[in-house]
Amino acid sequence: MSDQDAGQLKVVVDFDLCESNAVCMAVAPEVFEVRDDDFLYVLNETPGPELVEKVRESAERCPKQAITLEASP
Amino acid sequence: MTRIAIVGASLAGAHAARAIRAAGFDDEVLVVGDENHLPYDRPPLSKQFLTTNADDGHEYEKLKLRVTKEPGALDLRWRIGAKASQLDLDERALVLATGERIDFDGLVVATGSRARLLPHLLVPVEVAGRVCSLRTIDDAVRIKQLLPSDPGRLVICGAGFIGLEVASSARELGHDVSVVDVAATPLSRVMNREAAMAVADLHRGHGVDLRLGVGLSTVATDGKGSRVATVATDGKGSRVAVGLSDGSELTADLVVIGVGASPDVDWLEGNGFDLSNGLKVDPTCAAAPTVVAAGDVARWPNELYDGQYMRIEQWDNAVEMGAFAGTRLVAALNGESGYASFAPVPWFWSDQFGQKIQLAGLVTPDSQIVIGKYGDDRVVELFSNQRGVLVGALAWNRPRHAILARQLIADRASLDDAVEKLAG
Repeated sequence: MSDQDAGQLKVVVDFDLCESNAVCMAVAPEVFEVRDDDFLYVLNETPGPELVEKVRESAERCPKQAITLEASP
Repeated sequence: MTRIAIVGASLAGAHAARAIRAAGFDDEVLVVGDENHLPYDRPPLSKQFLTTNADDGHEYEKLKLRVTKEPGALDLRWRIGAKASQLDLDERALVLATGERIDFDGLVVATGSRARLLPHLLVPVEVAGRVCSLRTIDDAVRIKQLLPSDPGRLVICGAGFIGLEVASSARELGHDVSVVDVAATPLSRVMNREAAMAVADLHRGHGVDLRLGVGLSTVATDGKGSRVATVATDGKGSRVAVGLSDGSELTADLVVIGVGASPDVDWLEGNGFDLSNGLKVDPTCAAAPTVVAAGDVARWPNELYDGQYMRIEQWDNAVEMGAFAGTRLVAALNGESGYASFAPVPWFWSDQFGQKIQLAGLVTPDSQIVIGKYGDDRVVELFSNQRGVLVGALAWNRPRHAILARQLIADRASLDDAVEKLAG
C-alpha cells in the first residue's frame, strides 16, 4: 500500500476471499456494511481523508486480508 | 542504536511490529521465530488449506501475512528458524538455542502456544508418523500428505474447534471421520450446552461419528509395551488402531490430536515471572518496564470483565493485543507514562460444514435467544452477567449481529437494550 501521498484512495474488496466476518464493519461502519443477506457492501468506495486511517485499520484487521486500498486514477 | 526484539514470528508478533513502526520507532526491530517460515495466517490450516488441491508452496504464499509480503515496508530484521531458549531480563538479552546472545532495549513476547499432546498416549514408532497435531503449516502439510487419495478414515481426538474444523474438512473430502472427546458435549470449554449440542447435531447430520463421553486409551500397532492395548488390523502397521475407554476400537489412516494448546513460556523461566497458564502481564500488557506480551502466550486482567484474567488463543486477540503491546512498548521506551489498559471484547469465528459460528465475549448461564432457535439456520443468543449487563453473544450465520453485539458489549449495554437493538 504505497498510498501515503496518493490523492484519492479506492477501497477494493476481493469478494472471492471475503467471508463476511464483519470486522471491517466494526472498525469503519461508514464504509463497510454486512447486511442481513450476509454479504458485505462497500458503502463508500472512495472514502475521504478523514476515513482513510479507519479503512486502513479495517484492511489490517480483516481475517481474510480481503481489503486493499488502491490509488484511484 | 535502540533495538526492539520480537520473539515470535507470529500473527501477534507481526501486528506488534506494524504498531511499533506506526508509533514512530525507527531503530532496529528484530523478529525471532522458531518456525522456518515468515509469519502466516493459521485459521485456514484446518479449513481451506486442507480441502484445496493447490500445491503447498502456492498455498503458503496465500497464507503469508501482509506484513511479510512487503518486506521492505516495515524494515524489519528477521531471524527465522531461530529458537529463543532463554531470556536474561537483568542483562536485557535473549539467548538463542545456538548460544548466540542478542541484546535488546525493548522486548515483545509473542511466542504463542504449542499443540498439547496427550501425556498418557504411547505411540509406537511404526505409526508415530500417522499421529499428528495441527498447529503449524508444517503440521498441516503433513496431514494433507497423509490423507489418503481414496476415501479413508480419520480419528480425531478432541472435539474442540481445531478438531471439529478438521472433521468438517475431512468429510468434505469424502473421508470417514470419528471424533472422540471425554466431555459430554463438543466445545465444552467455550460454549453453553444448548449451542454445543447444536454443533454436535450439525456434525452428526454430516456423517461424523461423534463419540462423546469416551476417552482414548491407547494407540498402537503391536502388543509391545505395558500401555499398549490395541493392535493395527492390517498387519502392516500402515493403519492405526485406536482403543477407546468404552472398550471399542477404531482403525484409522490418520489420527489427529486436537486437545488444546499450551503457552510457549519455557524460555522465560528464571526471571521471576508468573508463568502459570501463560506469562502474566499487567492490564497494559507489560511484564516488566520495557517487556510486553501479546497473543496466546499472555495472560492479562481484562478490565472490561472486572479484571478477570484471560489468556486467549484467538486470531483477533493476537491482532489487537499485538498492536496494543507494540504501541505500549514504544511509549515506554519514550519514557511516557499513564498507559491505557487493554480491555477488548474477545471474539472469534469458526467455519464448519458451511456454517459460520461466532462468539463475542463470554458465555454465562443468563441468556436470551433473540433470533431463531438452535437447529435453525440462523441463531443469535445474548448473555448477561448477574447485573443484567450484556457480556457475550453467540451468533450462528449472523456475522452482522455478532459484530454489533460485540460493540454493545464494549459499551456495557444492558441485556434489555441489546435485545431491543438486535432482535428481529
